[in-house]
Amino acid sequence: MKRRDFLKNTALASGALMLPAFLKPFEAMANAELSGYKNLVIIQLSGGNDGLNTIVPYGNDIYYQKRNVISVKPTEVVKLDGMLGLNPNLSALKEIYDQGWMGIINSVGYPNPDRSHFRSMDIWQTASDSNQFLTTGWVGRYLDSNCQVAKNSHTAIEVDDTLSLAMKGATMKGIAVRDPNKLYQSTREPFFKDILNDHDTDHLNEDNLGYLYKTMTETYSSAEYIENTSKTYNVSAEYPATPLGNQLKTVSKFINSGLQTRVYYVSLSGFDTHVGQVNQQSRQLKIYGDAVTAFVKDLKQTGKLDNTLVMTFSEFGRRVEQNASNGTDHGTASNVLLFGGKLKKAGIFNDAPNLEDLDNGDLKYQIDFRDVYATLLDKWLEVNNSQVLNRNFSGLNFV
Amino acid sequence: MDELRKIKHLYSRAAFGLRFADIQNAEHASVKKAVNELLRSSETDEPIGLVQTKLDYTMLLTGGANQKKIAIMQQVEQEKELNLSWLKKMNSTDAVLREKMTLFWHNHFACRTINAVYAQQLNNIQRSNALGNFRDLLLQVSQSPAMLQFLNNQQNRKGHPNENFARELMELFTIGRGNYTEQDVKESARAFTGWGFNRDGQFVMRNQLHDDGQKVFLSRTGNFTGDDIIGILLQQKQTARFVCNKLYQYFVNENPDTAHVNAMADVFYSSNYEIKPLLEYLFTADWFYDEKNTGNLIKSPVEFIVGLNRQFYINYLSPEVQIQFQRALGQLLFYPPNVAGWPGGRNWIDSSSLMYRLKIPSLVLDGGLIDFAGKADPEDEAFLATARNRQERIDTKVQAQPDWDKFLADIPGKWSNTEIAGFMLEPRVNTAMQNTIARAPNIKTLAVEIASTPEYQLC
Repeated sequence: MKRRDFLKNTALASGALMLPAFLKPFEAMANAELSGYKNLVIIQLSGGNDGLNTIVPYGNDIYYQKRNVISVKPTEVVKLDGMLGLNPNLSALKEIYDQGWMGIINSVGYPNPDRSHFRSMDIWQTASDSNQFLTTGWVGRYLDSNCQVAKNSHTAIEVDDTLSLAMKGATMKGIAVRDPNKLYQSTREPFFKDILNDHDTDHLNEDNLGYLYKTMTETYSSAEYIENTSKTYNVSAEYPATPLGNQLKTVSKFINSGLQTRVYYVSLSGFDTHVGQVNQQSRQLKIYGDAVTAFVKDLKQTGKLDNTLVMTFSEFGRRVEQNASNGTDHGTASNVLLFGGKLKKAGIFNDAPNLEDLDNGDLKYQIDFRDVYATLLDKWLEVNNSQVLNRNFSGLNFV
Repeated sequence: MDELRKIKHLYSRAAFGLRFADIQNAEHASVKKAVNELLRSSETDEPIGLVQTKLDYTMLLTGGANQKKIAIMQQVEQEKELNLSWLKKMNSTDAVLREKMTLFWHNHFACRTINAVYAQQLNNIQRSNALGNFRDLLLQVSQSPAMLQFLNNQQNRKGHPNENFARELMELFTIGRGNYTEQDVKESARAFTGWGFNRDGQFVMRNQLHDDGQKVFLSRTGNFTGDDIIGILLQQKQTARFVCNKLYQYFVNENPDTAHVNAMADVFYSSNYEIKPLLEYLFTADWFYDEKNTGNLIKSPVEFIVGLNRQFYINYLSPEVQIQFQRALGQLLFYPPNVAGWPGGRNWIDSSSLMYRLKIPSLVLDGGLIDFAGKADPEDEAFLATARNRQERIDTKVQAQPDWDKFLADIPGKWSNTEIAGFMLEPRVNTAMQNTIARAPNIKTLAVEIASTPEYQLC
């Protein structure tokens, strides 16, 4: 062993568990450069958010014809240009928008759209075609490919109790952490520590038992690293006291403490508005807008906004025409919202949704969601998108 | 491998594990006898009959806000009842192989429906044909309202074919990808036009919607009906190979051995798709008991939960907690992720699901305490003290009652800690594990410890 390696390994072995260096992805990364570290934060809106009442096409008469009860009145819309404006419950975002920290991509979807929640969410999370069933998620495949190509280890954190399919790759997976201390405490179980300590690397072979011990070891390593790193930073900014507010506050803590994580994943549900949409969606949008505004301002304050890109999506939008219960049924394309200090093209990225040329009453997609992913992969996470998306997408130029 | 270990392996795969209580019978039996006994005890076929009331689904679609709310609540309640009644059956039945196969078909013919009556009906079809004939099973599944609805065959009509069912029939149920063309999908979709169901949840052939014209399917030409297409698919030996390959991965090894799968397919095909002879062949094959085919399959969450429940005779005062377990571990019965089913294997395991798996046994068995009597340092002592303080609170939350008396009474008196661990675990107990369990102060603690290991996740 070279002296340099010896020193490195000794330094790494100073944790509570004497683990071989190759099993310590996070600690190994601490040696990597710390500056210019870019984060992607993904916010999933579950249930199918109605994009047309989020970014409102108030300049289009068809919108008001099709939604005589649930449309947002022109006087209430927070106008962005002559055609589009924010739902008033997102008014907090206007300031962010005016600063050039917000981008709106209209009519994002995919060919042969599926209107089932779980299937369409699968398609978005796995970045598959609509008739293709993949068992790995796109962020997970990013971890897989990045680990092979670049030598750095990277990781992805979902601020939740369980891990979404999006975060699972074939060989690598992200980690779910709602509360770093709670996760860390779960790894303090004396019995678990004992069986892990007693197992030498002989057991970490290629079989399933080896895989279980490897996962356990990585969990321990990550839990300790996340706890020890994140506790050095306290978020001083105010966040709304909502679950999403708390999740984003945790992400802020992670980013600001210098955690070497490339992708964060959070979600907010409650967007399936078949009945009495206005009240329900207003409540959810307010939670979303206020939490994101607090997050963006917080990161601006701490100087991390330029290194952070936030992307919000939902599994589908909703029908253009309202239904008989003053709600909307499952639809197709919708908008993707972006936030960050370094948007190349801030504001409204492309044309407002076309409400005349519909597919059975639903919007036709103009931009494939995988072109959005491709952009994030190529230009933000710096990995060739074809390795993750299984074929090359040309991408966009919003960043 | 000695005979008892073989029988234990058999029960870990073909059932939900061998219990201490079963040792006496197993000790003097041969593998052949044990296989016969598994098949015999699974001859009984009792359907799940819990969900009876049909909901008025028009309420969900057209009712007022209040009616919709009530309908959704009833629907959620029925789904919960259905889930728990199947779980209860798996926890308590003697027809273990039948349930294990029902679980297999539940994943092979993966389906989701909000209608609990239809879901139950499909589950009972999969149960009553679990060990019968694959042809009957395939036909009944294909004609069940749940599947017709799920794969949109209700909308498949002459002049406006919907290809969803035809495609999945080939891709997932019979011959698998690469063995048919897009044209075959289009043509066979036409053959299934008119297949639908009525308001009573019964299959109906709607002749006026059926396209009775000529179709070319897998190089054959004729005025095929849906039954014809299924018949042609079953004539393909590829169907036998495809199903056997999946069964091999379920029962034997994630990495199929082509020669073994082909041998299974021969048996299956020549018996005209009878399932029982196939299983009998599989479970008595020498290679089924090869070292490399033991202790290396990751239990699915349901196998894990049911195995634990059966081993410790757990009674849940509030069974719903088992639904939380299913969710946390990533397998909610009747909610497969998509039509391809749960991917299984290592896909079950990530950081959080593994930590839940390691923690659940102690939550259910001893209020969350793993009373570790090893080389505890001060930090460990503090941790254990907190865990002891929390036990009561966890008990009131989980409300599970293992039958410790029965569990302990059936353990052979002369057995050492290592022998007990060797019986409860399928992978070999290595030296490190032996050191840990040797320190267990009593058998109850030992059992909780063993169930809280990575080894316990394997079967």
